[in-house]
Amino acid sequence: MSQLGLARLQFGITTIYHFFFAPVTIGMAVLLAILESMYVATGNEEYKALTKFWGKLFLINFTVGVVTGILQEFQFGLDWANYSRFVGDIFGAPLAIEALAAFFLESTFIGIWQFGWEQVSKKVHLIAIWMVALGTTLSGFWILTANSFMQEPVGYMLVHGKAEMNSFGDLLTNPQLWVEFPHTITAAYLTASVFMLAISAYQILHKRNPELFKKTFKLAAVAVLITGVAVAAIGDQQATHLVTAQPMKMAAAEAIWHNTSDHAPWTVIGVVDSKTHQIKDAVQVPDMLSILAYKRLSGSLQGINTLQAQDVSKYGAGNYVPPVAPTFYAFRVMILMGVLMVLAGLWATIRIKGEKFLKNPRMLKLLIWTLPMPYIANAAGWIMTEVGRQPWVVYGLLSTAKGVSPAQTVPALDIWTSLVLFSAIYTALAVAAVFLFKKYTDLGATPARAPVEGEGDGYLHVI
Amino acid sequence: MNLNILWFILIGVLFVGYFFLEGFDYGVGMIYQFLGHSDTERRVALNAIGPTWGANEVWLITAGGAIFAAFPQWYASLFSGFYLALVLMLLGLIARGVALEYRSRHDKPGWRRVWDWALTIGSFIPALLWGVAVANLVRGVPINGQMNFTGNLLTLLNPYALWSGLTMVIIFIAHGAYFLNMKTGGMMSYRAKQLVKPMGYIGTFMVLVLLVWSSTLNDLRLGAVPAAVGLIALILIASAVLAEGRNRARTAFFMHGIGIASLTVSFFVALFPRVMISSLNPHWSLTIYNAASNEYTLHVMTIVALTMVPIVLAYQIWTYWIFRRRVGTKTPMEY
Repeated sequence: MSQLGLARLQFGITTIYHFFFAPVTIGMAVLLAILESMYVATGNEEYKALTKFWGKLFLINFTVGVVTGILQEFQFGLDWANYSRFVGDIFGAPLAIEALAAFFLESTFIGIWQFGWEQVSKKVHLIAIWMVALGTTLSGFWILTANSFMQEPVGYMLVHGKAEMNSFGDLLTNPQLWVEFPHTITAAYLTASVFMLAISAYQILHKRNPELFKKTFKLAAVAVLITGVAVAAIGDQQATHLVTAQPMKMAAAEAIWHNTSDHAPWTVIGVVDSKTHQIKDAVQVPDMLSILAYKRLSGSLQGINTLQAQDVSKYGAGNYVPPVAPTFYAFRVMILMGVLMVLAGLWATIRIKGEKFLKNPRMLKLLIWTLPMPYIANAAGWIMTEVGRQPWVVYGLLSTAKGVSPAQTVPALDIWTSLVLFSAIYTALAVAAVFLFKKYTDLGATPARAPVEGEGDGYLHVI
Repeated sequence: MNLNILWFILIGVLFVGYFFLEGFDYGVGMIYQFLGHSDTERRVALNAIGPTWGANEVWLITAGGAIFAAFPQWYASLFSGFYLALVLMLLGLIARGVALEYRSRHDKPGWRRVWDWALTIGSFIPALLWGVAVANLVRGVPINGQMNFTGNLLTLLNPYALWSGLTMVIIFIAHGAYFLNMKTGGMMSYRAKQLVKPMGYIGTFMVLVLLVWSSTLNDLRLGAVPAAVGLIALILIASAVLAEGRNRARTAFFMHGIGIASLTVSFFVALFPRVMISSLNPHWSLTIYNAASNEYTLHVMTIVALTMVPIVLAYQIWTYWIFRRRVGTKTPMEY
């Protein structure tokens, strides 16, 4: 594989892996804050037990998110030095602000929260978890500010072949940011809600204190429904924005090579044939693409071939077509997962009345299977976003091939080495994390006093 | 003073904070399993750093972000150039961070042993490699006219840099020992105190050699200021051992910490106004001017930093206040 290919593979693996953990952190912090607020408001020990139970799973997850996030901070410099030189002036600012305004907040207050149950008052402890929630969400905002610039460069001017910032305000009001951030952040809330719903269902099914876990089942069911619908609605806005902001990505996501008619059908699923520029065995809904794209009954979309010709006249000779099949399939996988999650949320919410879900083992079993869905949807969403932007790393400004570190400084062998090492340690972490998730899920939650573990001198207790 | 100088100082401050704070965390990570003879004792050491190590590490993340924002050319040249060293350091940081959280979440001895070593090695590697990296920054590395590093990992592993790396390891071990002596009770505190004296003296010797060696480097205009600051560092690190002997654990810890801070400052002062020195041609060195973002970005970032830094400092100091008590075997502990 070429040095460029390796660098891309490395970035893809490390970033998607990081994003298996980051959304649960972002969403679970809010859910924990809600649970602890209930505890402080009602004084009911059950909510404290639940806060601690979910808190443990949160911490197991949080840690991996944090340590894989350290790599994110530095890997633009590792494999993408030329990219960093080109956009550092703009891109570095949100990253630095993320560290200053978000990472300090979450890491300081998580320390108070984790170790401070006995050290600080109930109220201060509650404030700590809300601060963590604020920090994690803010962190999402700043990193997406940076990513949005890559999708839709604004607030810059080109000076001596480099992008320099000339308006911080434009960066913060980037139209792309205001569809991408709400979509991603609600997706993170959805991820944590599904996580909570599936595991609550598992606990109830296995008769582990169902009276306790029915509380988080209800909370999560409603949260899945609300956030699921929000993700979809905002996602729809994002797609509409894409039609004008990155028409090539839209065309690739729909696998349309030729301009559509005024009544463009939406392909639900089909087999993309990049050679003949067709979708075989397509299942289509008439007019639907026009409606999705323009929010009216008609309107044609430009095809890949037209856009390629436009790009050649705009940027010079070259291939400006992203890999169509991965973009097309990733988009559909994301939508399918989203629809299934909304349905699961709706079903679970309906069954809250009279607590019917407690006596429905089949439903509980099915709900456990929602657990992988947000992870698949998140990964697919990012694959669509990032693969669909190719061959650009900064849309219309810098190609991915020009962003990589010079081969003399970073030879392919170095990237191979790091790729193998990171993959090995990430695999080990995944095994350890899953093992602990399982262990602490099976331990369950017990209200009132935490059990004293009969280990060592007996002074230690697992909280 | 212009904004380029201000940002150079700010990044220096971030590294001072990082080495001071994570210095003792790394030190604790390197020694706790040897000082703690039972699992309880080891846990005492880990609970002493538990609530605060995460925020301490953010000083490094912020330093990285600040370099990217203010001096993107430095960020690009440094991290692509020191590629394998940085990869190793990241692996260490990953192993260490997870070890701190996962180690005690399962009570099989094999599981704990694996994470104990992950934490010890994961603390040793960044300590060593930061020493190596800083030394190479001031010694100079092959950087061409396009600001790109043209050496490899072996270029970085020269005797001077390795000495600097080992010095960093030793003074961080000493820093961790001062910290545990001050912050814990019982046997952990006692054994940490026993470690302070040998480590303090070895550290003093190594810093002395490092400073003398640095002054012989051709390109390093080790003028009066960095020499003076370096001397202050040496005196503080040496006299911390004496303060420790008089049972002033807190005083000794802070003297040693300020010693580490002074040493960091002396390197930054020696570097100024350059950020990476080219050993091929002095004109190819990266400076706070040719590596910087434009005036506008620096202006925006200055406003952000001057607003955020005091707030961050306030709540971080507050956390240390909350967890100010000594941690002993009878303290309720968080696993």
